Amino acid sequence: MHPAFSVIVFTVSSGAGYGLLAFSGLFAAVGWLPADGWAGGVAIGMALVLITGGLLASTAHLGRPERAWRALSQWRTSWLSREGLLAILTYVPAVLFLAGWARPELLSWAPWGLLAGLMAILTVICTGKIYASLRTIPNWHNGLVVPAFLILSGLGGAVLIGLLMAASGLYSERYGWILLLLATVAALVKHSYWRDVARRDSGTGSASATGLGSAGDRVRLLDAPGTTENFVMREMGYRIARAHATRLRHICTSTLFAIPCVIALASTLIESRIGLVILMVLGAGSVGIGTMVERWLFFAEARHVVTAYYGEETV
Amino acid sequence: MTALPTSATPRKLGLVIDLDICVGCHACAVNCKEWNFNGHSGPLTDWNSYSGSEDRDGEDSGAWGVWFNRVHSFEVGEGQFSRTVHFPRSCLHCEDAACVTVCPTGASYKREEDGIVLVNADTCIGCKLCSWACPYGAREYDHTDGVMKKCTLCIDRIYNENLEEVDRVPACVSTCPAGARHFGDLGDPDSAVSRLVDQRGGYDLMPELEYRPTNKYLPPRPRRHAGSEDGIPASLADLAEPADAGVGSGVLRWIDTMLSR
Repeated sequence: MHPAFSVIVFTVSSGAGYGLLAFSGLFAAVGWLPADGWAGGVAIGMALVLITGGLLASTAHLGRPERAWRALSQWRTSWLSREGLLAILTYVPAVLFLAGWARPELLSWAPWGLLAGLMAILTVICTGKIYASLRTIPNWHNGLVVPAFLILSGLGGAVLIGLLMAASGLYSERYGWILLLLATVAALVKHSYWRDVARRDSGTGSASATGLGSAGDRVRLLDAPGTTENFVMREMGYRIARAHATRLRHICTSTLFAIPCVIALASTLIESRIGLVILMVLGAGSVGIGTMVERWLFFAEARHVVTAYYGEETV
Repeated sequence: MTALPTSATPRKLGLVIDLDICVGCHACAVNCKEWNFNGHSGPLTDWNSYSGSEDRDGEDSGAWGVWFNRVHSFEVGEGQFSRTVHFPRSCLHCEDAACVTVCPTGASYKREEDGIVLVNADTCIGCKLCSWACPYGAREYDHTDGVMKKCTLCIDRIYNENLEEVDRVPACVSTCPAGARHFGDLGDPDSAVSRLVDQRGGYDLMPELEYRPTNKYLPPRPRRHAGSEDGIPASLADLAEPADAGVGSGVLRWIDTMLSR
């Protein structure tokens, strides 16, 4: 599948934003995020900026962005529509969460934080389901796709909330342990996913695509329909980066697991505020780059069954 | 509304394509393009049609545009038992059309009266998700209009009372010089197309995905004798150039080069 830059930016940026919103809501409810400090307001604000930036980037993927509002109408059948609707609705509790932080005498922020966090998680589940529901792409039609979107969103949120905690002098080693736990689960989920997609055989290929392989004959493309690439070949037949998959997976493992783990452990040992901030900035950069690479691989490695009509004997 | 019809459509209009007869002339694809240029979903624009020169192509390598119907050629089997089968591919108007249910806007729909799957070009946002959901590559993005387009089963011909009755068939069917394409109601077991499917063992493409396509394909009849052994290559496909798919451009191609070092 062609890795559209706008979709990668959207899922990475909004994903981290929703993760940050979820952690802000949770930490506000349990009292780790104080109602009277600046960190709470900055956390919610940063989450909203990341979410909004991602959503705006996603409209760049549309041929007719001015009609994007129409995408909110088909929530009964379409995961994309559900995602869009939930993304918009999440602004309501998120803004009230922020209002409760700014004007605590008017409303209590914690319930709105919890609700915003819950809706953020549901939005990320919808994002994952858009991909996981497609039977045409065996790598995506997999039970580990939604967990992977959730855990990477959580990892991004954890490292950002850790950064804000460090900057506001509220850091304690429990954030280090949370980061360590999330990075470990993320590594487990992604490695299980990679093992699983390597083992599976969809059974689809040029034989079943044409119905001509019933006698056990090989069915191979002699002549494509046109002399140049068409839309289907460009969008669904994307091949770049498959050759580098192993190397890119190592980059994912380093940036999403090894580096965050080292940073998490180091953060439990360091006392100085500036040291913790530098550590968490490095962590955020590492998780950001890692998630971009992971998302790019998620697209580039995914093979669509339609390629069976364009030269792939098995998909 | 992108929900599929809740009960079976009373009619299931579709095509039956005879792979035994198709000669791979591409006339169906060309006449489809010609009719639909001004048809229901027209114009079927072309992108970069006159770009570049012999040595320079412009940003996109070569011309490409929207087609509803494309003809592939396959080699089936090997050596003296191999055969070339030409394979026209278009929208199959599936009963379980995931391209419709994934649509976030309601622009994609399946007609309750005859099962034809259409896109409303006035409400489509061009998100391309339907093209991801289609196993058959039937939906193409129109770069010029920013929306998705697909085969309409020539809805503006088959119900068109201004045409002679004999012409009220899809353009691909009317033009096929070999008579390899048939149009009719596959929901009626007594229709000519249904009988043809019964007699010839018509089948579904990619049945394992369970999209339940309406269009059926008729298999090539068995060969009566093997080809000559004299000097034939084991496989023609080995000699053919691979389809130039997914090589990309710009930044990604650069990253590819860097990672290849």
